[in-house]
Amino acid sequence: MDVEILSRIQFAFTISFHYIYPPLSIGLGLNMVLMEGMFLKTGNPLFEKQTRFFTKIFALIFGVGVATGIVMEFEFGTNWATYSKYVGDVFGSALAAEGIFAFALESGFLGILLFGWNKVSPKVHFFSTIMVTLGSMFSAIWIVVANSWQQTPAGYHIVGQGLEARAEITDFWAMVFNPSSVERVIHVWIGAFLAGSFLVMSIAAYYIIKGRHLEFAKRSFVIGMSVGLLSAYAQLFSGHKAADVVADYQPAKLAAMEGHFDSSSRADMYLFGYINTRDEKTHGVAIPGGLSFLTHGDFNAPVKGLKAFKPEDRPGSLNIVFQSYHIMIAVGIAMIVLTTWAFILYRRKKLFEKKWLMHVFMWSVLLPQIGNQVGWYTAETGRQPWVVYGLLRTSDALSASVKASQVVFSLILFTLVYALLFILFLYLLNKKIQHGPEGLAEEMHSPHLEEIAENFEKHRL
Amino acid sequence: MATFLGIDYATWWYLVIGACFTGYAILDGFDLGAGAVHLFLKKEESRRIALNAIGPIWDGNEVWLVIGGGALFAGFPKVYASVFSAFYIPFYLFLVALIFRAISIEFRSKEPMIWWRKMWDISYSVSSMLIAFALGLVLGNVLIGLAIDREGNYTGSTWDFVNPYSLLVGATTLALFMMHGAIYLVMKTEKRLYTRLTIIVKNTTITFAITILLLSFYTLLYVPHLSHRIKENSWLFFVPVAMVLAIANITRNISRQKYRYAFLSSSVVISLLLIIIAVELYPNLVISTIDPAYDLTVRNASSSEKSLGVMLTVAAIGVPLVAIYTTFVFWTFKGKVKLDEMSY
Ligand code: HDD
Ligand code: HEM
Ligand code: HEM
Repeated sequence: MDVEILSRIQFAFTISFHYIYPPLSIGLGLNMVLMEGMFLKTGNPLFEKQTRFFTKIFALIFGVGVATGIVMEFEFGTNWATYSKYVGDVFGSALAAEGIFAFALESGFLGILLFGWNKVSPKVHFFSTIMVTLGSMFSAIWIVVANSWQQTPAGYHIVGQGLEARAEITDFWAMVFNPSSVERVIHVWIGAFLAGSFLVMSIAAYYIIKGRHLEFAKRSFVIGMSVGLLSAYAQLFSGHKAADVVADYQPAKLAAMEGHFDSSSRADMYLFGYINTRDEKTHGVAIPGGLSFLTHGDFNAPVKGLKAFKPEDRPGSLNIVFQSYHIMIAVGIAMIVLTTWAFILYRRKKLFEKKWLMHVFMWSVLLPQIGNQVGWYTAETGRQPWVVYGLLRTSDALSASVKASQVVFSLILFTLVYALLFILFLYLLNKKIQHGPEGLAEEMHSPHLEEIAENFEKHRL
Repeated sequence: MATFLGIDYATWWYLVIGACFTGYAILDGFDLGAGAVHLFLKKEESRRIALNAIGPIWDGNEVWLVIGGGALFAGFPKVYASVFSAFYIPFYLFLVALIFRAISIEFRSKEPMIWWRKMWDISYSVSSMLIAFALGLVLGNVLIGLAIDREGNYTGSTWDFVNPYSLLVGATTLALFMMHGAIYLVMKTEKRLYTRLTIIVKNTTITFAITILLLSFYTLLYVPHLSHRIKENSWLFFVPVAMVLAIANITRNISRQKYRYAFLSSSVVISLLLIIIAVELYPNLVISTIDPAYDLTVRNASSSEKSLGVMLTVAAIGVPLVAIYTTFVFWTFKGKVKLDEMSY
């Protein structure tokens, strides 16, 4: 395999793994802000217990998120050196802003959030929780702005030619507010809220099934459900806006998302299906003219199809784009149905008796995870063959001095490290959940701990 | 090129990046150093206290690496691209060490089993040492120069980064951070642990003094481009003199048990070292060992004036903000470490 495909696999693998954690951090952060806010308002110790419990879970998630994030920043330089030179002028300022305005904020206040309970007043602690959550939301802004710039470049001009060519910034705010940033930041945020609130609901549902910490679990479920319900509906609208932008600025991606080939004909909207790339036809169940209606408000309006693009300008893996996109929508609709249903049952005071529904919620923590992953696959695979849309091809973006053997080495290394990391993460997450909210206070004062210390002395290194 | 206070933007950005990396070395330096001396503490209780001394702040410290990296990417994309792709293997090993360190801190105290804790203690300490050493190794290589061609592409071989000078810089960095970290831990601890740590401080300070001496001689003899400015401008001699004084001041304050001053002194040592480097390298960022015409300099490798201007504004707003709340966070956790139920 060549350097290009290996580097792509490596980038996709490392970012996909990273992207398990940021949405959970952001979304859980928001839920914790609500819990701690309620605690300050009502003084009910139950809310404090909730905040403390989820803070412990948050610490674990955040830790892995931080550990895996720095990898991609390095990868730009190591694997995509030509890309880095090309976009550094534009992209670098967004990354630098992210560091200064976002990471510093979240990791600064993280210390107080995790360890400051007995050191600062409850109000200052609450403030820290908000700052950490805001910090992580800001970091989403900057990284998505950077990514949006490479989807829909704006506010730049190109200087130099051939190998020396690079984009230079001409208008900072036009770069920040490029045509797709706002829609995509919102879409990513809501995706994160869904991830966090479904995690809260999942843990709560597990306790309810097991009949443990019932009071705690029910209250937590309701908080998660409220955030989840609102977010699920909002995500539908925001996704629609995102698709509008794609229709305007990345017609080849849009055509790939719906498997639409002929520019002259009306475009259907598929519920599911698959693209036969050989005879360039798409099969499946579709709403006739659906895509035409969404983009032009008219069921018979023609939409630019893939055949209008030269083969080398079309996304390579049409089926990945198509399937990812449809899985995302399916998942989005599933979450709307689930949260609405739960809400209705809740109003009728029957929610927590439905054990099977609790089982569904326990597992549905996977839904937003799937949605977030395939969402990025739609956006990024659909952007191909370009790294910077219409300007720089992925195949031209590599590091000239890096050899395939080196990339194989790093890819294997990271596969092993991440596999280990993931197993440990799941193990500890499960342990925290099993331990439950009650154990927190006793943990420290248990005789158990002295025993450990004694044992440790006996086995001194 | 546009100027501010008579200094052009690219040079400003050179200074900003230098300041970021100096801040990084001082801040993450002490928690990496604390990690590196971790295995010298034998008791479970001691190790927990040492870990919690850096627990609330290490992540914030590490952010300066991210910021410095981002700033380099933004200000000098060509340098970022050349250096990172040249050191492919060492950078990936460095990343693995960073990952293991982060999760060791997070995971260590989550299980009571002795083997579990020992395993993470070793992983934490070894990865801290590797990170410190690797930072020095990369610095050393940048100092002697890289085989880069006209396009800024590295043409050397994969293992060229292992050479005597860089190994020595790596060892010096490790010793420096261990000393710095041990002094920090002394400030945060009491009783028997404190006594134990004062011994470690003494040993690491001696080790550092030896390595820096070796490194200075090596540099003066064999790396002329790293000493030409000082040799030409005699007033610059005050920098190394100040450094010797600062090192002497560390030992003085240690025997007087004024560890806070010792910590300040070791921070000064770190800053002076980086200042010497910045002065000697300027205006080069990366020297090409193939042809001086291929050197990456502040002029030919920087971003556009517009971009540098925007980012200087970003830095001017952002850095004071970060400084304010970082101070607040440090202030919150001042004093000796006490364990409670939320501790690691
Ligand atoms: C939607 C949000 C989002 C997305 C798309 C990404 N990240 Fe991320 N990243 C975060 C949201 C985030 C976060 C929420 O801020 C983190 C995750 C862990 C954590 O939980 O903080 C974080 C951590 C994190 C860190 C460590 C920061 C620290 O030390 O505190 C780095 C260097 C990066 N990320 C870099 C990247 C890069 C280069 C990405 C893309 C190529 C990327 N992230 C995608
Ligand atoms: C419900 C209907 C949904 C629609 C119509 C929709 C639409 C879209 C579209 C068109 C894109 C591509 C944007 C681009 O390429 O610029 C996208 C990307 C994405 N989607 Fe969705 N989406 C929906 C639901 C969801 C859900 C439920 C999630 C996750 C929980 C999600 C997460 C994402 C993510 C993470 C991205 C990549 C980031 C981006 O490009 O903005 N989406 N979505
Ligand atoms: C913001 C969060 C991001 C996410 C979640 C994300 C996700 C992805 C995914 C899923 C892929 C695999 C697609 C494929 O290989 O076909 C990919 C590829 C890639 N992305 Fe992104 N990406 C993000 C940001 C960025 C940014 C900021 C850059 C800037 C360099 C970038 C550049 C690339 C490159 C170079 C590849 C490999 C080539 C390719 O296949 O596209 N991505 N990314």
